[in-house]
Amino acid sequence: MPLNRDFIGRSYPASAPYEVGREKIREFATAIGDANPAYVDADAARALGHPDVIAPPTFLTVLTFRFFDESPIVDPGLGLEYSRVVHGEQRFVHHRPVRAGDRLAVTSRVADIRDAGRNELLTTQSEVTTVDSERVATVYNTLVSRGTAASAAQQEA
Amino acid sequence: MAAAVRYADVEVGTEVPAVDFAVQRVNLVRYCGASGDFNTIHWNERFATSVGLPNVIAHGMYTMAEAARVVTDWVGDPGAVVEYGVRFSSPVVVPDDGVGATLTVSGRVEEKLADNRVVVGLTATSGDAKVFSGARAVVQLA
Repeated sequence: MPLNRDFIGRSYPASAPYEVGREKIREFATAIGDANPAYVDADAARALGHPDVIAPPTFLTVLTFRFFDESPIVDPGLGLEYSRVVHGEQRFVHHRPVRAGDRLAVTSRVADIRDAGRNELLTTQSEVTTVDSERVATVYNTLVSRGTAASAAQQEA
Repeated sequence: MAAAVRYADVEVGTEVPAVDFAVQRVNLVRYCGASGDFNTIHWNERFATSVGLPNVIAHGMYTMAEAARVVTDWVGDPGAVVEYGVRFSSPVVVPDDGVGATLTVSGRVEEKLADNRVVVGLTATSGDAKVFSGARAVVQLA
């Protein structure tokens, strides 16, 4: 079944702010094996010009899973079967580094759904700001829904 | 921000040192916990093979995070990475054989932009597999 294209343009604001904890940054940096002191040592971060420890460039993926249950991809009306999904593309545009103590608001929008051969590509665009509306990052995520393009269904029929 | 690499010192073609990353199951388990991504294909071989995968595979976002280290280790300040995107092409397969997988990442300056920014193109391989079909970081240099 093709994805419901009526979802293009729909926005999903997260129900709560995400508070970036310094121990969460440490846990994430440890998990990716990255010993850069800017993630764990506030003095080292300040020496680089940051007000506090900062997060690794891909840290905001944590928000995806914190708010997974309220994201467009689990909205039953969209028709996405998670077992058919593979991750196609990911891009972060950092307006400034994420840092400990940030209280982040995130709104995800279904930016595009389109066919790519037998598959469909679902792109979400998430705007991450502080709760005071300072822009922090724009995150683009493209999921591949395998074999759900209308043309694939016709081939099987 | 305080990058350790000066814009004036790099040219298109400047190589960013390659790094080999060892990827074992324990790394994926840790990443599950830290990221919140507990998709079963990243930790359960029985499930992974039942859905047609050769074995447990690494999170795409884990491989993306490892590849970023090549850039952040080069530039020093992780806050200098102002943009970072990848297209995933092949998964990194991580067998439970005491060895795991090796992810090899290298980079090269592909373009010099205005305002002391450069584009670093990244290549990541694991065995014969090309892990990304495209990967680039925009980095703010000193």
